[in-house]
Amino acid sequence: MDLIWDGIRESFRIIANGDYSVWEIALRSVLVSGTATAIALLFGIAVGAVIAFNEFPGRNLAFSLVNTGMGLPPVVIGLIVAITLWRSGPLGDLRLIYTPAAMVIAQTVIAAPIVTGFTAAALRSLHPRLRSQIYGLGASRLQMLWLVLWEAKLPLLAAVMAGFGGAISEIGASIMVGGNLAGDTRIMTTAIVLEVSRGQFAAAIALSLILLALIFLVNVILTTVQQQEQHS
Amino acid sequence: MVTRWMWMALLGVLAILMAVGCGGGKEEVILATTTSTYDSGLLDTLVPNFEGQTDYEVKIIAVGTGQALAMGERGDADVLLVHAPSSEMELVESGAAINRQLVMHNDFIIVGSEDDPAGIEGMTSAADAFATIYDNEATFISRGDDSGTHKKEKAIWEDAGLDPEGKSWYEQSGQGMGATLQIANQKDAYTLSDRGTYLAQSENLDLVVLVEGDPVFFNVYHVMQVNPEKFDKVNDEGGAAFVDFMISDSAQDIIRDFGVDKFGQPLFIPDAGKDESELAPS
Repeated sequence: MDLIWDGIRESFRIIANGDYSVWEIALRSVLVSGTATAIALLFGIAVGAVIAFNEFPGRNLAFSLVNTGMGLPPVVIGLIVAITLWRSGPLGDLRLIYTPAAMVIAQTVIAAPIVTGFTAAALRSLHPRLRSQIYGLGASRLQMLWLVLWEAKLPLLAAVMAGFGGAISEIGASIMVGGNLAGDTRIMTTAIVLEVSRGQFAAAIALSLILLALIFLVNVILTTVQQQEQHS
Repeated sequence: MVTRWMWMALLGVLAILMAVGCGGGKEEVILATTTSTYDSGLLDTLVPNFEGQTDYEVKIIAVGTGQALAMGERGDADVLLVHAPSSEMELVESGAAINRQLVMHNDFIIVGSEDDPAGIEGMTSAADAFATIYDNEATFISRGDDSGTHKKEKAIWEDAGLDPEGKSWYEQSGQGMGATLQIANQKDAYTLSDRGTYLAQSENLDLVVLVEGDPVFFNVYHVMQVNPEKFDKVNDEGGAAFVDFMISDSAQDIIRDFGVDKFGQPLFIPDAGKDESELAPS
């Protein structure tokens, strides 16, 4: 029990003093996972719209693939991305291994199926005649997509929250492709693992509390937006 | 329409990734090393000094010696700092590593709970201590990760003529030295550790040193470059600069002083320029 109190005290001390470069690590976590979620959203909308709106052979297979992707173990994704990006790998010339960009790639692959699955489900649940109605009003395909997305914006926010949550709480892939380099690729989850392996439990608890607060804060903001939209 | 928009988005993303990846401008040196040099905090002190003296940015990948050597073998790192001499020699003989230099040493110890259920405290032979643990079926946590420490542990079991593999009291953590010490601590188990990592963590451990001083415990660290002639992506000059730095007077002084203020004794003993044969205890 003492340890937990120590951890709580330590977290306040860390936040107050701003040491352990904790703000820098927190900011990096948000930037990396935020970028990954944004890219995953672009992918998710494109693919989600295609499989939600079109009848084509293999459509059920496509849905199954996306749903499988939602449960892919991050560490497997990390290994595949690492093998690809290592110097000896096929994309070794890009020199991306052990950079924040490599973590963005891995987290994008983790978040993309989640966002795609949520998006496809959201778009499928719209009224089937909505699209023909929008076309009937003379909209182009892009305008139609925009209007449909606007109509589904609340479930899309849920997609963003789920994707971001999956990305920021992930560790196996990030440590493998990022290397947990101080000041470069160290994010909240990898910093916590490092502190535990060094036996600095108070610091690890402090970082965990800050990570939880961070995820909570992001969700409060997104939920508030969602609620306001619902009421307006 | 939608597809063209998708491709443009994809291209934009790739451009951003390239920009982020190549950012900084400093040339990178990838150092693959053991968890003991990193978990003890030594590299946190050494590497900023090297970066201050040169224009390189060091990426420290702290893994077991087994993985570090494998990275060297494939050209995925520029420079290695490891502690498994016989495996290192294989790498040098295969042509994957060059410029291998002696850096420092410390020693291994057998640690366990104060109760010492198998009664190994004060033994002077590592093999005898392992045999006693074996006979008493006392819980032993092995690294199990093909690291330098794990290789040493396997060599001691071999000395003792015993094979603990598969026994219920013999567990493998598959993690670094720091994490393995924590597991041994929680389970009141025995484990083999390098002295540096143990001392660095001792304030968070109830484990005590039970067996030390056997010549087999000698633990020597070498630095070496991955051969740039074999792998064209290896940073030749950066790797050479790091090797030179590790055996320079300034780095050796840092190693000599590291940990003295906190633990009353150095965690590693600098050895640059010495002959390995004169170091090896008889």
